[in-house]
Amino acid sequence: MPILEVQNLTVRIPTEDGTVHAVQDVSFSVEPGEFFGIVGESGSGKSVMVQSVMGLVPAAETSGRVLFDGVDLLALDDNGLRSIRGRAISMVFQDPLSSLHPQYTIGWQIVEQIQAHEKVSHADAKARAIEMLKKVKIPNAEKRFDSYPHQFSGGMRQRVMIAMALVLKPALVIADEPTTALDSTVQAQILDLLDEMRRELGTTILMISHDLGVLRRVADRVMVMYAGRRMETGAVEAVFAAPAHPYTAGLLRSSSFNREPGTRLIPIAGKPPSLLAPGPGCPFAARCPDVSAACSAPPPTRRYDDGVEAQCWLEEAPSELAEPASAISTAIDLDLGHAAAPAEVPIAEVSGLELSFAVGKRAEAHVLKGIDLTVRRGETLGLVGESGCGKTTLARVIAGLELPTGGTVTFDGRDVSSLSKREWRQLRTQVQLVFQDPFGSLNPRRRVGSIIGDPFRIHKVSSGQERLRSVQQLMELVGLNPEHYNRFPSQFSGGQRQRIGIARALALNPELIILDEPVSALDVSIQAQVLNLLDDLQKEFGLTYLFISHDLSVVRHVCDRIAVMDGGRIVELGDAQSIYERPQHEFTKVLLAAAAREVAPERGTVRSLVESIPAGERVAA
Amino acid sequence: MLFRFLLPRIGFGLLVLFLLSIFVFVLFYVSPSDPARIIAGDKATEALMEQIRVKLGLDQPIYVQYLKFVGGLLQGDLGYSYRSNVPVADLIVARIPATLSLVFGGMVLWLAIGIPIGISSAKRPGSLRDRIGQSFAIIGISFPTFVLGMVALYTLYFLPTRFGVMLFPPSGYVPLTAGVGQWAWHLILPWTTLALVVAAVYARLTRGQMLEVLGQDYIRTARAKGLSERRVIYRHAFRSAMPPLVTQLGIDIGLLLGGVIVIEQVFGLLGLGSLAVTSVNNQDRPVVIAIVLLGGVFVVTVNIIIDTLYALMDSRVRTSGRA
Repeated sequence: MPILEVQNLTVRIPTEDGTVHAVQDVSFSVEPGEFFGIVGESGSGKSVMVQSVMGLVPAAETSGRVLFDGVDLLALDDNGLRSIRGRAISMVFQDPLSSLHPQYTIGWQIVEQIQAHEKVSHADAKARAIEMLKKVKIPNAEKRFDSYPHQFSGGMRQRVMIAMALVLKPALVIADEPTTALDSTVQAQILDLLDEMRRELGTTILMISHDLGVLRRVADRVMVMYAGRRMETGAVEAVFAAPAHPYTAGLLRSSSFNREPGTRLIPIAGKPPSLLAPGPGCPFAARCPDVSAACSAPPPTRRYDDGVEAQCWLEEAPSELAEPASAISTAIDLDLGHAAAPAEVPIAEVSGLELSFAVGKRAEAHVLKGIDLTVRRGETLGLVGESGCGKTTLARVIAGLELPTGGTVTFDGRDVSSLSKREWRQLRTQVQLVFQDPFGSLNPRRRVGSIIGDPFRIHKVSSGQERLRSVQQLMELVGLNPEHYNRFPSQFSGGQRQRIGIARALALNPELIILDEPVSALDVSIQAQVLNLLDDLQKEFGLTYLFISHDLSVVRHVCDRIAVMDGGRIVELGDAQSIYERPQHEFTKVLLAAAAREVAPERGTVRSLVESIPAGERVAA
Repeated sequence: MLFRFLLPRIGFGLLVLFLLSIFVFVLFYVSPSDPARIIAGDKATEALMEQIRVKLGLDQPIYVQYLKFVGGLLQGDLGYSYRSNVPVADLIVARIPATLSLVFGGMVLWLAIGIPIGISSAKRPGSLRDRIGQSFAIIGISFPTFVLGMVALYTLYFLPTRFGVMLFPPSGYVPLTAGVGQWAWHLILPWTTLALVVAAVYARLTRGQMLEVLGQDYIRTARAKGLSERRVIYRHAFRSAMPPLVTQLGIDIGLLLGGVIVIEQVFGLLGLGSLAVTSVNNQDRPVVIAIVLLGGVFVVTVNIIIDTLYALMDSRVRTSGRA
C-alpha cells in the first residue's frame, strides 16, 4: 500500500488578480521507503501543492483526496493536521538560514519539536536531540546544541534542519528544494545525507526540485509538473533516458548537463501559461513541437509497459528537434564588433592581485590572494568556485569597480590603476556587467527603454530620437519586442529581464562583458534561451566573456577555458575539456564529483502502450 | 563581557548629558529675560537687582557660572530655586513619585491594550477585527491628549457625580505610602488617558512588525513542526517582533519621565511636568536646568537598559558586538 496517495488533487488560491489554479487534477502515489522526486520549473505548482496539503498555505482551497496511511489529510481539521505535522510528516525547506528561528538555539528548536508531540522531560528530549545531531554529523554536537543558527555554515544549518525533521522518526519527509541554496559540494553532501537517513531510518522521502540533475542523482521515481499539472511519472532512469512527454523531452534538451559541450542548447520556445484562467486542454500545447488538434481537449493518461505514465495525446516518443539557428537579425545596423582588434593582445590581464578588506578594527579579510589571470580576446573564460571564494570580487576588480590592494590590472594594454578620470570613464564603456538577479538589478520604477538607454545618457553618446532608435534596435537584438520600450521591468518575465540586462550591457559596444551568474536565477528552459543568445552575440560581435558561475554543467557548456577558484586563489586553470577530463587539483576533483554526472541520453528506447485512461476518470492506484 | 558592552554606552550617555547641560546653560544666558527682575519684581531699583545678581552669581562670566554649577553637581548640590529658595533637589524629589507612578502605570496599561490589538490585527489582516483595531489606533493617534483627558474627566467623573456617584476622583496624587488602593484609584483616569494615547502607537507598530514576521520562512517551519497556533504566534512570531517595540518603549519611557506635561496639568498631578511648566514661566533657571538634565538622565539610562535587553534578546547583536 502506498504511504502517500494523492488523488485528483486541485489547489486554488484566491488572489487580488483572480483565482490562481495552482494545481489541477494531480494524482500520484509514493511507496514506503521510496525517494520520490517532483520536478518542475517555477510556477509549476510543486511547492504550493505540498504546502497546501500540509495546511501551510492559509488561503488555499483544496479538493480531491490525499491519503496518508489511509487517512485523508484534506478532510482533517486543524488539530488533526497539526498532530501529523512534524511527527508523521515533517518538512525540510530551501533556505536553512531563514527557515530556522534566528533568536533560539538550534537545540531549543529541536527540543521544541520533540515536546510538541511527546510528553518527555527536557533532559530526555535534549539527549535525543544530541543523538540526532550526531547522526546528521554535526561535529561536537553536545557543544553545538547551544549555538544559534547564524553560527553554522549553510550546509551545517541544513543538517540541523534535517535533524529536526527526523528527530521524531516521521514516516515521510517532504524536502522542498533542500539543496538549492547551497554550494554544489555541500549540495552533494546533503543529498547523500538524506539518502543515508532514508536507508537507516526507513523514512520515505518526497523531494521537490527544479533541478533535473539533482533529482536524477537521488530519486527512485519522479513526477514532472508543468503549469499545475502532472505531465509524466515514472522511474528516474526510464524518464530521463527516454521521456514520454514532449515537455520532459524539452526540459532535457535545454539542460546543459544533458548536451554535448559546445553544442547549442535547444530551448523550449515561449513561456509558461498564466494560471489565472487555464483552458481544458494540455497547458503545454502552445509550446509543444508535437502539438495536434487533439491537444485542446484534456489529455488522457498513457501508461507504458515500463511503468512510465504521461498525460499526453501522443502515443509515440516525442520528436527530436534540430539545433536552432542563430536568432540574431542581420538587418540591425548597430555599430558593434571588434573584428579588427588584434587577437594576440589579451584584453585583460591581472598579476599578483591582492585584495583585503578591514573587518572591524583589527581583523582583515584577505579576499584575493595573489591572482594571475589573462583574459584572451574573443574567448569565454569561466570562473568557477563556491560562494565566498572571491570570484565576484575578482570580476569587480577587473571591471575597475574595486581597487586592488596589491598587484596590477591591465586592460587593453593599459594599467587600470594609473588611469585618469577620463580614461577610467572610457574603460567603463569597454567593460560591462550582467548581474545574477534579473529582478533586483533593474529599477522597478523606471521604464525599460530608459534603463537600456542609460549608458547612452551617462556617457553622452546620443539623445532624443537617435537614442530611442538605438534602444529599440538593442531590444530587437536580444529578442525583445521593441514596441515594449515603454513598459516597466515588472511586466517582463525573468528571462526577458535578463535580456534587458544584456541589452543594457551591449549598448556601448563593450569589448568585455562580465556575466555574474547570468542564468542561475532562471528556469532551465529559459536558461537555454539566454545561453543561446549570449552565444549568438559573441559569434556575431566578437565579444569576450568572463562567465562567473557555480554551476559546472553550464560553465562547461559555454566556456573555452575555466579557472577554478578556492579561498581567494585560482587553483586550476585550463581549457574546459581537460579540466573536466583530467582535473589536477584536489578541489577541482571534489567540485566535479559533486556536480551532476553527465549521461548521454539513450535514444530509441522502445516502450509499448499498456493502457490509456481518458481524462477525468480516476487513475487506478 | 557585560562591562565591555556597557562601558562605551555609558561614556556616550555622559557625553550627551554634558552637551545637553551646556546647551541649556547657553540658552538661558542668551535669553532676553533677567532673573533678577523676575525675582525682585517690576518696581525694583537697579541697585537691588544688582545685589540679587551678585548673590546669585549672575554677574560672573558664563563659564564661571557653568563651572560652579558643575562643581555643585558633582557634590550632589543642584543649587537653590530662585523663586522659593528651596533646594532644587528637594523640589524635584518631591515631584518624582507622581511622574514615575503615572508613567510606569500607564506603560503597563498601554502595553496591555496596544500589543493584543496589534497581534489580533496581524493574525487576520483586513478582517473586521483588524479594521476596528486600526480605527482605534487612528483615533488614539489623532486626538490631542488634553481632549482625551477632558473626555475621560467628563464621562467618568463629571457625569457620574451629577447622579451622586463618585467613580473616580478628578485630580490629585496620593502617595503609595497612603495605601495602594487610594494611590491607584487616584491614578486610574490619568493612566487611562495616557494609555489610550500611547497604546495606539503600539497597536500599529505591533501589527506592522507581526505582519512582517508572520511572512518569514521560520514561521512556516514552526507550523510545519506541528506547534499550536498560539505557540507559533507568541513564542515564535512575537519574539521576533519584540525588539522594535522595546526600542520604542525606551524612547517613550525616557521622554515621558522627563514630564508628562499635559496629563499632569489636566489631572492636577504634582509631577515633574507641572514643575517644569511653572519653573519655565518663572525663569527659575536652576530648577529648569535640573529638570532638563534629569530628563536627559532618564532617556540615556533607559536607552542603555534597552540596548542591554536587546543584546540579551538577540544573540546576533551580542556576538557581533554592535547594537
